[in-house]
Amino acid sequence: MNTPLLQVQDLRVTFTTGRGAVHAVDGVTFDVGAGEVLGLVGESGSGKSVTLRAIPRLLHDNAAVSGRVLWHGQDLLTIPDERLRAIRGGQVAMVFQEPMSALNPVLPIGMQIDEVLVAHTDMDRAARRRRAIELLGLVGIASAATRLDQYPHEFSGGMRQRAMIAISLAAQPALLLADEPTTALDVTIQDQILTLLLQLVSELGMAMVLVTHDLGVVAETCDRVAVMYAGRLCETGPVELVFNRPRHAYTDALLRSMPGDGAAGAMLTPIPGQPPRIDSPVPGCAFAPRCSYAEPRCTTERPVLTAYAPGHDSACYAATRLPARVEEGAA
Amino acid sequence: MSRGAWLVSRLLQMVPTFLLIGLAVFVLARLLPGNAVMALLGDRGSDEAVARLTRQLGLDQSIGMQLLAFLESVLRGQFGTSLAFRIPVTRLIAERLPVTLMLTGMAIVIALALALPLAFVAALKVNRWPDLLIRGVFQVGLSSPIFYVGLVLLTVFAAWLRIFPVGGYGDTFAEHIYHLFLPAVTLAFSLSAIVMRNLRASILSVIRAEYVDFARAKGLRSRVVLLRHVLRNALIATVTLVGLHIGSLLGGAVITETVFAVPGVGRLMVDSIFARDYPVIQALTLVLAVLVSLAFLVTDLVQMWLDPRVGR
Ligand SMILES: Nc1ncnc2c1ncn2[C@@H]1O[C@H](COP(=O)(O)OP(=O)(O)OP(=O)(O)O)[C@@H](O)[C@H]1O
Ligand SMILES: [Mg+2]
Repeated sequence: MNTPLLQVQDLRVTFTTGRGAVHAVDGVTFDVGAGEVLGLVGESGSGKSVTLRAIPRLLHDNAAVSGRVLWHGQDLLTIPDERLRAIRGGQVAMVFQEPMSALNPVLPIGMQIDEVLVAHTDMDRAARRRRAIELLGLVGIASAATRLDQYPHEFSGGMRQRAMIAISLAAQPALLLADEPTTALDVTIQDQILTLLLQLVSELGMAMVLVTHDLGVVAETCDRVAVMYAGRLCETGPVELVFNRPRHAYTDALLRSMPGDGAAGAMLTPIPGQPPRIDSPVPGCAFAPRCSYAEPRCTTERPVLTAYAPGHDSACYAATRLPARVEEGAA
Repeated sequence: MSRGAWLVSRLLQMVPTFLLIGLAVFVLARLLPGNAVMALLGDRGSDEAVARLTRQLGLDQSIGMQLLAFLESVLRGQFGTSLAFRIPVTRLIAERLPVTLMLTGMAIVIALALALPLAFVAALKVNRWPDLLIRGVFQVGLSSPIFYVGLVLLTVFAAWLRIFPVGGYGDTFAEHIYHLFLPAVTLAFSLSAIVMRNLRASILSVIRAEYVDFARAKGLRSRVVLLRHVLRNALIATVTLVGLHIGSLLGGAVITETVFAVPGVGRLMVDSIFARDYPVIQALTLVLAVLVSLAFLVTDLVQMWLDPRVGR
């Protein structure tokens, strides 16, 4: 395997808040290969958004970030601002969850595309305008030329998200970080947007980290998956392997709680209990209190990431005791 | 609704406003102690003279007729003759108004020139020493009465250091600016403090907005992020605030012009009240009210320019 595009190594993010420190991300490690789609899943509050925003250093002053985020071998967490700026938007672009709040309400859409082109290309004004029209066409916005002069509030929800995707794609990045790009939208258009995104990713040969709650989406669309729990990475690996042969008790529980997961006769089992508070990190595995496979050392010793197959890592003492979900050779 | 339609309706809204102001001034004149005839003739007028003047001024007519006559003369721009200066009120105001407009205009420019950059510095260094220092200094500005600020500036810069004149207005434009500088700074004091506080708070909230993070994620230079994305949105709230303060700024002009002996309408207002110069008081009240309405209109226009969601 050649070197991955992006390597996140032992990423930690601690927020200083009025009520003390919050360890939102606590030692997360994963890779994204060129052209690969990685699904990042986990319960609400598990640190998916914080992880994603830490990659291009978008977190604010109250966040202490450590670890390494290697992009083509250079650590994004330590490179000078000037170099980072060229990478942000130019090579690593982001799609936010809420297009309404992520688009600037007082600037026309055209200008919001144009400024990316100004920052990352040396096209002249006319070329930039042609490119902006082309981009809106690419994301399926009709009568692009008039749309350029309109403001976000003149777009529908789905159109706004299309516009944000167009902005993110403007400088032809190699990696797209998409944080639940469809959850703010009507159910009827969620599918359209996701389909569009995946189609663009494969057409343009981009890699993507897709944060989602929907395991069904991961199963259908991602090459690899990373599962997070309470700020920690539980398991990462190729989707097929992780879904068929989970090596982490939390992944196992997640898959069981998923309706219509395709496993014959599998009952929907909600995970009992609540995610832990992340202001006081536990010494052992964060999932142990809710885990039906827990053994004594799970609450005292923190399991480390261990490889169970090439590219399939998990941090769980019960890894080998977990049942395979799909029988070898079954459909 | 199109922007044009919005603008027309915004202008039409001013008609009832002006009518109400006119009515208020009309009623006010009749509520003041004494009446115009007494004021004109003093205590010495004979009964016959009083009766003649009452008829001349139309005060024997019904109150409705008087109101109509008043509105008509206002529309024709006729406010009568000043009792104290014995020249047409219109001419008197035309001489004095530019002085006050220049004073308040300079005050606004000075206030914004101070407040905008300092609000930015304070917000970007929030709770660190530059922020604390700026807030501390402006807090003093906010809590000092305007006549006190005026007197201090006057004593230090005019009387001791002799950098600026003690009063007056000068003859050329450059002289006007020179003479009005201290009064304008005095007037700008509290406005700049208010604008600074408001803008700082509004920058602090805008800077956390998702679209600012998105702007950073696009790889824009921090100057572009700050000016195009942060400042513009932060200004929307502040512009309204400045507009709302034009009224009190004109009130402040009354005090400032008195302290610095500036021959503007503020000073004229004070003199006229002491002299019971009713025609001037009436006209000035009307003019100032119209000015404030116009300031609100300008505020709305700037708002419309800053925020495309207004009026659509
Ligand atoms: N700026 C911040 N200051 C303090 N705590 C924060 C901040 N941002 C996030 N957190 C905390 O970090 C934890 C992880 O948040 P994050 O938004 O990454 O969760 P998530 O996995 O994206 O959840 P969701 O699926 O609901 O989007 C949460 O407990 C959250 O409260
Ligand atoms: Mg999130």
